[in-house]
Amino acid sequence: MIWETVIGLETHVQLSTKTKLFSRASTAFGASPNTNVNLIDCGLPGVLPSVNKEAFYKAIRFGLAIDAKINQTSIFDRKNYFYADLPKGYQITQMDLPIVLGGSIEILLDDSAKTINITRAHLEEDAGKSIHDEYEGFSAIDLNRAGTPLLEIVSEPEISSAKEAVAYMKAMHQLVTYLDVSDGNMAQGSLRCDANVSIRKKGDAELGTRTEIKNINSFKFIEKAINFEIKRQIKILENGEKVTQETRLYDSSKDETRPMRSKEFANDYRYFPEPDLLPVIISDQEIQKIRDEFPELPKEKEARYQGELGLSEYDSQIISSSKSMADFFDAAVKKTKNYSLLSNWLIGEISAYLNKEQIDIHASTLTADKVAMLINRIDDQTISGKIGKSIFEEMCVSRSTPDEIIESKGLKQISDDGAIEEIIMTVINENPSQVEAYLSGKDKLFGFFVGQVMKLTEGKANPKAVNSILKDKLK
Amino acid sequence: MSVQFKSITELRAMLDNKLISAPELTQESFQLAKKYKELNCFVTMNEELGTKNANTVDLNDKNASTLAGIPLAQKDLFCTEGLRTTCSSKILANFIPPYTATAVKKLEDAGSITIGKTNMDEFAMGSSNETSYFGNVHNPWKKGYVPGGSSGGSAAAVSAGIVPAATGTDTGGSIRQPAAHCGITGLKPTYGRISRWGMIAFASSLDQAGPLARTAEDCAILLNAMSGHDSKDTTSLSSNVPDFLEDINQPLDGLKIGIIKEFDLSDLDSEVQARFEDSKKIYENLGAHFVEVSLPNISASVPTYYSIAPAECSSNLSRFDGVRFGYRAEDIDDLNDLYIKSRSEGFGDEVKRRILIGTYALSTGYYDAYYKKAQQVRRLIKNDFDNIFQSVDILMTPTSPNTAFKFDSKGMQNPVELYLEDLFTISSNLAGLPAISIPHGQVNSLPVGLQLIGNFLREDQLLNASHIFQQNSDFHLAQPSLEGF
Repeated sequence: MIWETVIGLETHVQLSTKTKLFSRASTAFGASPNTNVNLIDCGLPGVLPSVNKEAFYKAIRFGLAIDAKINQTSIFDRKNYFYADLPKGYQITQMDLPIVLGGSIEILLDDSAKTINITRAHLEEDAGKSIHDEYEGFSAIDLNRAGTPLLEIVSEPEISSAKEAVAYMKAMHQLVTYLDVSDGNMAQGSLRCDANVSIRKKGDAELGTRTEIKNINSFKFIEKAINFEIKRQIKILENGEKVTQETRLYDSSKDETRPMRSKEFANDYRYFPEPDLLPVIISDQEIQKIRDEFPELPKEKEARYQGELGLSEYDSQIISSSKSMADFFDAAVKKTKNYSLLSNWLIGEISAYLNKEQIDIHASTLTADKVAMLINRIDDQTISGKIGKSIFEEMCVSRSTPDEIIESKGLKQISDDGAIEEIIMTVINENPSQVEAYLSGKDKLFGFFVGQVMKLTEGKANPKAVNSILKDKLK
Repeated sequence: MSVQFKSITELRAMLDNKLISAPELTQESFQLAKKYKELNCFVTMNEELGTKNANTVDLNDKNASTLAGIPLAQKDLFCTEGLRTTCSSKILANFIPPYTATAVKKLEDAGSITIGKTNMDEFAMGSSNETSYFGNVHNPWKKGYVPGGSSGGSAAAVSAGIVPAATGTDTGGSIRQPAAHCGITGLKPTYGRISRWGMIAFASSLDQAGPLARTAEDCAILLNAMSGHDSKDTTSLSSNVPDFLEDINQPLDGLKIGIIKEFDLSDLDSEVQARFEDSKKIYENLGAHFVEVSLPNISASVPTYYSIAPAECSSNLSRFDGVRFGYRAEDIDDLNDLYIKSRSEGFGDEVKRRILIGTYALSTGYYDAYYKKAQQVRRLIKNDFDNIFQSVDILMTPTSPNTAFKFDSKGMQNPVELYLEDLFTISSNLAGLPAISIPHGQVNSLPVGLQLIGNFLREDQLLNASHIFQQNSDFHLAQPSLEGF
């Protein structure tokens, strides 16, 4: 039997607003428990929500970027259920009139692209956090996250493999970070998804019974969880049994999905329009303003890097694929003229270092200024590329600038012809037999002489000058 | 000089003429509250802070408002910082809010003194004040009779002359009906006229704060202070707030008053009918004329209301879960048990009944038939009013079909009996319109109220029509004997 996988993703994107969706409490990550909480967030009797317009702007910006319809009259609804970290006993969300309708996202596969259509995207508030294992006999509740604005983006069931799901999430990550609607930090939960997975016989028109895997928060887990679920469902179907429609959780420590306790999701949410908030009306002018303030997107950056800066297509693509890399590049470009050397370094040495350390460039000790300075020193031949690498290693662990490192370690390149000539003469005088061999036709020995010069100068001799003077002297 | 039964206007004159000082006036008010403790108007007194505020209010400030130094009582569903706010429920019996409701804050900023928090039906659900966790409130006109509800404590405190005015809230008649039963004036403003910030919600789309006072003029004074847009309540209206005293003395020549055909008054007590006819004559003598009007959908008001209000209440009251504040049951097995026990023990029967009705009305499969349908009918009712106000200025009805009744005599077997108390008042909440109840005589020694309903934002017309009526009659001056208290 040939099986076909059908996947739809519900992505939760935490919008990077300063304050919460319905209150003025801060959304900063990592504060002490229950400090980013005000009267509204803890659902005190008598409090009322006020809409944060910034969240709307970000949602609309996203909608425009995926070429969706913007509902200019958008209303909020209440989703009612009891949970200890849901202070009001209901979540304010959007049901019938979400802010964003339709649109699509292009995902990149190994050697092709695929368009995934978006059903809708709506604004809603996040819940707080329950902590069950820290206090013996008690559960603790942290409401810092309660009321944080989320954009829930629902895809059509058009994703056909775990790989595509990962590509979709990567495209989503790129888009929301580029648009500056979210920091996209998956480890902190700023970008996470629920995956609806079902299996059907290839060619069947009807969808199979689906399961929903909740709250997956890394590219790796998305791939693993979906692959596990696909295998599990196929096994069930091949045994002639039926898949149960249910909500499942992915346990990364065991690499498996398992059902959530049914009690936790057997809810009738009793949606109804939120009577505490008026419909939000977005004017044409506001939408135009959001369009006017649109940030540069990856495709535009790519074109600019090729057209204005003369980078290769490959380099332009790599640098613009990540917003943080492109931001860094754009900042460094203002401080150096040698764009291609800068791009080589970013894609080579710097990326390798960041990958090894698993950190974002903005979280490292590297700054655009310092990297540009390093490029400039190589470019103006103060140092060689090789010395540059050792300076770079030093930059990764200290706060010193390249100039400071060059100065303190005496790494300045020797470009003075007289000084180089002197050293070359020493090398020639000390190695008469090699000189003889070279002159009798052993051309390969040229490298030996360069090596000796570099050894004596601790690598600081300008390689170009060494080459030309050596050639001259060994005639 | 006694301050009991004095209006704000009279007390203002006494303060301005130095016949009494602000601290003395406040102490008099506290004394009266103590004297009539048995009425059970108050859940919590504000003696310490009230005394302090009365001692510091500056009456000589040339910007001092009409309310400076005037003692007021607040319904116990307005949050008051540092002062217990219970909604007359066990579940909030020990709740001390960290903030003050906008409506109360505005009154206090104008220099008035909050002397205490008044008893009410639990979470404002009731029409007799009998659902309060803190016991029944007596009608000052007759011991053992209800004051009406849900703002029963506020109405009784004003009626007994303990304070000249009090705040109330009105979701389906909760200001007007107790005002009628206690022989005072009560105004429910246009929905959104007064901020709901800090008002503990019953049904968000219907709840509206308003004043209860001895006269329409005093209601205007309170409304002036309480009204206005509040950035913390996005449903509050940004419309300009006029000075409601400015046109209060306009003559009523040519005023067109509508009588609603669909309200068949012939079923009512003949004396209640007679008072209504008397008042029509008074208005005719003042130059108004009457037309019969039809609001075809108004008869659906009660079922519409009892679908929408409980639905909103079922959601609004979800936050009382024993987790963060309020009553928490003991001996809990798990989280679900915490909810079930805390809410079962913390809420009274009427509140539970409405949570159940509302949960049902919103549930899958019933939403369209109940909640959604009710919202559609609500729209039709509003359209009816919009239509009628093209041709009349105000509408006139009795406030309540009856006078106050005995404790435990109504709705005990069948709650709907009590729901019909709101027959005449509910439609203005559904339509968001202002309405006022003014006393217009008595039946069997108990007061009856006359209701005037106005067009959107036309509280000025209602206050004007009520004030002129009161200038030309003395029903509002009648005082309860307070016999047996």
